[in-house]
Amino acid sequence: MGKFTGWLCRTATATVKWIDERFPLTANWKAHMSEYYAPKNFNFWYYFGSLALLILVMQIITGIFLTMHYKPDAAQAFASVEYIMRDVPWGSTIRYMHSTGASLFFVVVYLHMFRGLLYGSYRKPRELLWLVGVVIYLCLMAEAFFGYLLPWGQMSYWGAQVIVNLFAAIPFIGPDLAVWIRGDYVVSDATLNRFFAFHVIAVPLVLLGLVAAHLLALHEVGSNNPDGIEIKKKKDPNTGVPLDGIAFYPYYVVKDLFGVVVFLMVFSAIVFFAPEMGGYFLEHNNFLPADPLKTPPHIAPVWYFTPFYSILRAVPPLFGSQFPGVAAMGLSVMIFFLLPWLDRGTVKSIRYRGGIYKTALALFVVSFLVLGYLGTAPTNVWGQFGAWLGHAERATVVARIFTLIYFGFFILMPWYTRIDKTRPEPERVTS
Amino acid sequence: MQRFCNLMDRIMAEDNVDRGKRRFLTIATGVAGGVAGVAVAVPFVLSMNPSARARAAGAPVEVDISRIEPGMMITEEWRGKPVWIVRRTKEMIDSLKGLDQEVADPDSRMKMQPEYAKNEYRAIKPEYLVLVGICTHLGCSPSQKLAAGAESGLGDSWKGGFFCPCHGSKFDLAGRVFKGVPAPANLEVPPYTYLSDTRLLIGQDSKGA
Repeated sequence: MGKFTGWLCRTATATVKWIDERFPLTANWKAHMSEYYAPKNFNFWYYFGSLALLILVMQIITGIFLTMHYKPDAAQAFASVEYIMRDVPWGSTIRYMHSTGASLFFVVVYLHMFRGLLYGSYRKPRELLWLVGVVIYLCLMAEAFFGYLLPWGQMSYWGAQVIVNLFAAIPFIGPDLAVWIRGDYVVSDATLNRFFAFHVIAVPLVLLGLVAAHLLALHEVGSNNPDGIEIKKKKDPNTGVPLDGIAFYPYYVVKDLFGVVVFLMVFSAIVFFAPEMGGYFLEHNNFLPADPLKTPPHIAPVWYFTPFYSILRAVPPLFGSQFPGVAAMGLSVMIFFLLPWLDRGTVKSIRYRGGIYKTALALFVVSFLVLGYLGTAPTNVWGQFGAWLGHAERATVVARIFTLIYFGFFILMPWYTRIDKTRPEPERVTS
Repeated sequence: MQRFCNLMDRIMAEDNVDRGKRRFLTIATGVAGGVAGVAVAVPFVLSMNPSARARAAGAPVEVDISRIEPGMMITEEWRGKPVWIVRRTKEMIDSLKGLDQEVADPDSRMKMQPEYAKNEYRAIKPEYLVLVGICTHLGCSPSQKLAAGAESGLGDSWKGGFFCPCHGSKFDLAGRVFKGVPAPANLEVPPYTYLSDTRLLIGQDSKGA
């Protein structure tokens, strides 16, 4: 060892020792990185947790820089976003990173949740881990909704108007609740100002805390894996290390870095070549300033809310109230909380489940995608049926059928997972 | 938690402790702290209600209606909402009767209008319809489809009215909602009064003046 490197090593060791006597640095590094043992058979689906964390950090950083130029004032908001796009050096790139990040956050989170469905990651002992995850998802929806008002475009305005009015549909307290949320009788400057506060400080703080809780819960119970078996059951008798576990650092750090590189390639391609994604990531109508007197001819939420929006539209009003549709939409999100207790299967992973669960999951994915597509389109997109169905709109009928399938996946789960013919799980993880 | 419970057990086992008094003091402190916590939350929760400025902005709006051609409408802003004033032709007014079977609340039983507008035209004077242009479903502003017939895009039988682009609700030329659409109620008629034959005051009843 050279003189200089020797000095460097001694200094570094002494510094870490100095810190360790005052703060559990090495202990935490070991517990969460170098001696956190994750199953060795992770596959493609296990990239999305670390990618979600990466996007969270990117959103916070790009968000901070956007805040330096943005004005949360109904009279100035739209112009300040245009100012960012045209006059602020690199402003358009930073804004496109933020808007693309928002959409890709949902892409990654949906894939992350689908992984949980594939391998039963919500099952005992990971129920609480799953619950914290669903709360994170709800916060993410709130964060996206609050943020979407800020550019003060036509879609921002009318989207907020519709969503806040969903709360007005709640019996008895609804109308007052909607006024309280808006801080005015219509969506206005007061609404914009408070949504700004929620978007830039309140929800991100909660999100960070929840993400910490999600990781602590994960590291307490250990990661699930594509075989859905517990690696902690088979440990090396001498070291106590799971036989099928490998240290998160360095092995999975390197694996995740590969995922990061591929993700950033996709991300950059979108930011630089298709930031609006044909109107799916940034809707065309949002390039017009908000006009409280005129609703655009066709309004739709951003793509990541459209499956739930379809469910809202699919449910007809009952007893002169639109509340049933609103309740169905709320339930379609909240029902994810119940998943750990709805699943009665004897195995966790889809690898050892029978045909019934595989079919149910496939139907659920199809219904999620079809509802998602229909939510972006007007209800007359597929024309009408003939007189034999009373000229009903085709898209509405299809949305109703898939809404039933969507809820059926959850409500019938206790029954079909129990009668499903499963195969025995292996003793050790397979490749 | 276990350690805390053990500690509590040990304290409770001590002989010279007045347990009743201690329990009372603990509960009283807890309740007082809880009340204080709720009291502190009150200003924060109430601060989110409409401010005095927002409440004051609901002042009535005066409109000159002499400039509206028969069969046309104008849009005014009142409390940040669009208010439509439609000058109905005789054919438009006559078409309303025939729709009683197709609309959900033909007699305006739901309180979506002031008492003086609770009639078959939902207006003080049949010629002028005054409506808040906000869909009773989820608050979009419906598009005007005043002309009858197929060019409205709503079929040959369309008698003229309004169509909400957000979720497809339809209303007739009295703002009455059709059956089988998402909106649960007729369009709202705001309080209004005639200052003269050609001047309307929107936002105030005549008796409230």
